[in-house]
Amino acid sequence: MFLEPTFLIIQLLNGLQLASLLFLLSVGLSVVYGLMNFINLAHGTLYMLGAYIGLTVANTTGSFWMAFVLAPLAVAALGALFHVLLLRHMQNASPLKQVLVTFGLVFVGLDVVRYLWGDFSHSIDGPIIFSGPVMVLGEIYPSYRLFVIGLGLFVLVALYFGLERTRIGAIVRAGVDDQEVAMSLGINIKLVLFIVFCMGCGLAGLAGVVAAPVLSVYPGMDMSILVMTLIVVVVGGPGSLKGAALGALLIGMFETFGQVFIPSLASVTIYAFMALVLLVRPSGLLPVQPK
Amino acid sequence: MRIWHIVCVAVLMMVGLNRAEADDVIKVGVVLPYSSVYASLGGDITDGMELAFDLFGSEVSGKKIVLITEDSEVKPNVGLAKTKKLVFQDQVDFLVGPVASNVAGAMRDFVHNAKIPLIIPNAGNNALTGEKCSPWVIRTSFSNDQINRVMGPWLYNRGYRTLYLMAPDYAAGHQMMEAVKRDFVAAGGSVIGEEYPPLRETKDFAPYLAKVKASRPDALYVFFAGGLAIQFVKQYHEFGMKDQIPLTGAGWLTSPLFLPAQGSAAVGFTGALNYVPTIDSEENRLFQEAFRNKHERTASEFTVQGFDTGRLIVQALNAVKGDVSNKKELVEAMQNVTFVGPRGPFRIDPATNNIIQDIYIFETRQVGYKVRHVVIDKIPNVQDGPNGCEM
Repeated sequence: MFLEPTFLIIQLLNGLQLASLLFLLSVGLSVVYGLMNFINLAHGTLYMLGAYIGLTVANTTGSFWMAFVLAPLAVAALGALFHVLLLRHMQNASPLKQVLVTFGLVFVGLDVVRYLWGDFSHSIDGPIIFSGPVMVLGEIYPSYRLFVIGLGLFVLVALYFGLERTRIGAIVRAGVDDQEVAMSLGINIKLVLFIVFCMGCGLAGLAGVVAAPVLSVYPGMDMSILVMTLIVVVVGGPGSLKGAALGALLIGMFETFGQVFIPSLASVTIYAFMALVLLVRPSGLLPVQPK
Repeated sequence: MRIWHIVCVAVLMMVGLNRAEADDVIKVGVVLPYSSVYASLGGDITDGMELAFDLFGSEVSGKKIVLITEDSEVKPNVGLAKTKKLVFQDQVDFLVGPVASNVAGAMRDFVHNAKIPLIIPNAGNNALTGEKCSPWVIRTSFSNDQINRVMGPWLYNRGYRTLYLMAPDYAAGHQMMEAVKRDFVAAGGSVIGEEYPPLRETKDFAPYLAKVKASRPDALYVFFAGGLAIQFVKQYHEFGMKDQIPLTGAGWLTSPLFLPAQGSAAVGFTGALNYVPTIDSEENRLFQEAFRNKHERTASEFTVQGFDTGRLIVQALNAVKGDVSNKKELVEAMQNVTFVGPRGPFRIDPATNNIIQDIYIFETRQVGYKVRHVVIDKIPNVQDGPNGCEM
């Protein structure tokens, strides 16, 4: 029964949808890690803020699309503020200290959200054009989920061309490879770093607002997704776009098919997979080229 | 010299204050979650208790009832530490709490040994009024078994012969599914599948829903609460499954706390619960009106549990004329409290200290622009068996 092609294709779509969300979240985290050499644990908080800001925008304007545009911008602006006020002053501190600062921000963010929006769980209605179901091989499938998959693919392609085919992309890659040499060539690496950081934050906000109609919006939604995102980054290989994409795809599929075929091990499938990957390839599946 | 004067005055004042407090105040220690996942439940229960004191009197024989609240953070070790703080430092006369069963489990042994009365306004673990029952622990909310087992025969009588079960993978989820399964199978039905997804707040149910759909049961029976309840209801709707497989379960799925976020996706659910806001009785109407006047929102089942707890406290304290020195008499007075509240007739079973109450079976229907709980059946006076309880 569970091996019918229709059933498998539906589950494949479910896996792709999760992978798409994870990709939006992990790509910013991963590339920022490549550039700045520290993991921003508050990345999940930005995702939560994206969802909550989206909630407020959607409720006041009545339009999902306004939330879809404004929430990521607002979160990117918050990221910029965070960078200017805190991170910039900590660039010479050890990575551990930087991680601890972002860890502190996780708690601050949680209480800010509880203070502003309360403890109740919320949800955003998806856009009207994607509110109806579509038929996939005779099975009902929500069209909004196909939109999420499409958005993930679009961002992947756009980032791929942006990073691999443009001058700015070359600068970012140079920054990941060797900051000192890049600086000595006259590149303003600080500015590049800042822009990339803000874009990563904006993508986290985008993931939040896009996830809101599928999952719900509540204080603490950041922590549950952060763990999975970190696993994606570790499995894919920190610092690389391709790694984030491959990691998100694999984790999305393992999570989905793990629940279907070995439900009793559902809570450990992705952790076991991560352990296996680290055993075979300690620096992830597609790490940036070793220096 | 001057500093000594100040210290002396301060000490005398503190002693004096303590004296004054000890004489004309009844201290109730409250251990509820005010942060973390169940924060909204802790808030509702507290609001309910305060409303009860507003309506039934916050003074007994000249003594004021004072709540000292502590945040359990839904962590067993924190809940236990806060309980000890309330007992040893604040010297509370008795306790109310908690919401989560794991915290209740940690508090239970302490209050049992310390002989401090504890009123549980939510935590539903069967064992708390079963094999781990205590003469000092009274439950005014429900047991997991009490809410769910009535649905077994009820669903069978409705014509369903096969059920698929789904709940988060923790004690409450398993106890609830066990209850409905036992009595559904006893009635003659069969359970053709069970899923227990890991208890994680962010959850995509789509992989599970596809499995349920492929199994084609007569009905799906679930227990989810909080963010999970919102996600589940919306996804069940989006996958168009409501028209194919009726959705049934423990009534918290469409609690008034979650209904605004679920919207019309919640229509068509059949659930069992100890309270819904639309119960047609004078007591309930007055209660909802009073709560709405104060808080401008609909009171939930958690609010009612707090409200009835507050009422039980007032009535028991009146019975002992405000004398809380004899804890045994106080507990007996609590056990003897009966009234007709928003939920219907309320009384405590002296054999287990669990509440005996009506269980309502409701359907969520679209009424105008709103989704409402419509009561379609009532199982009166549902009483738990002793389940290994010896006091």
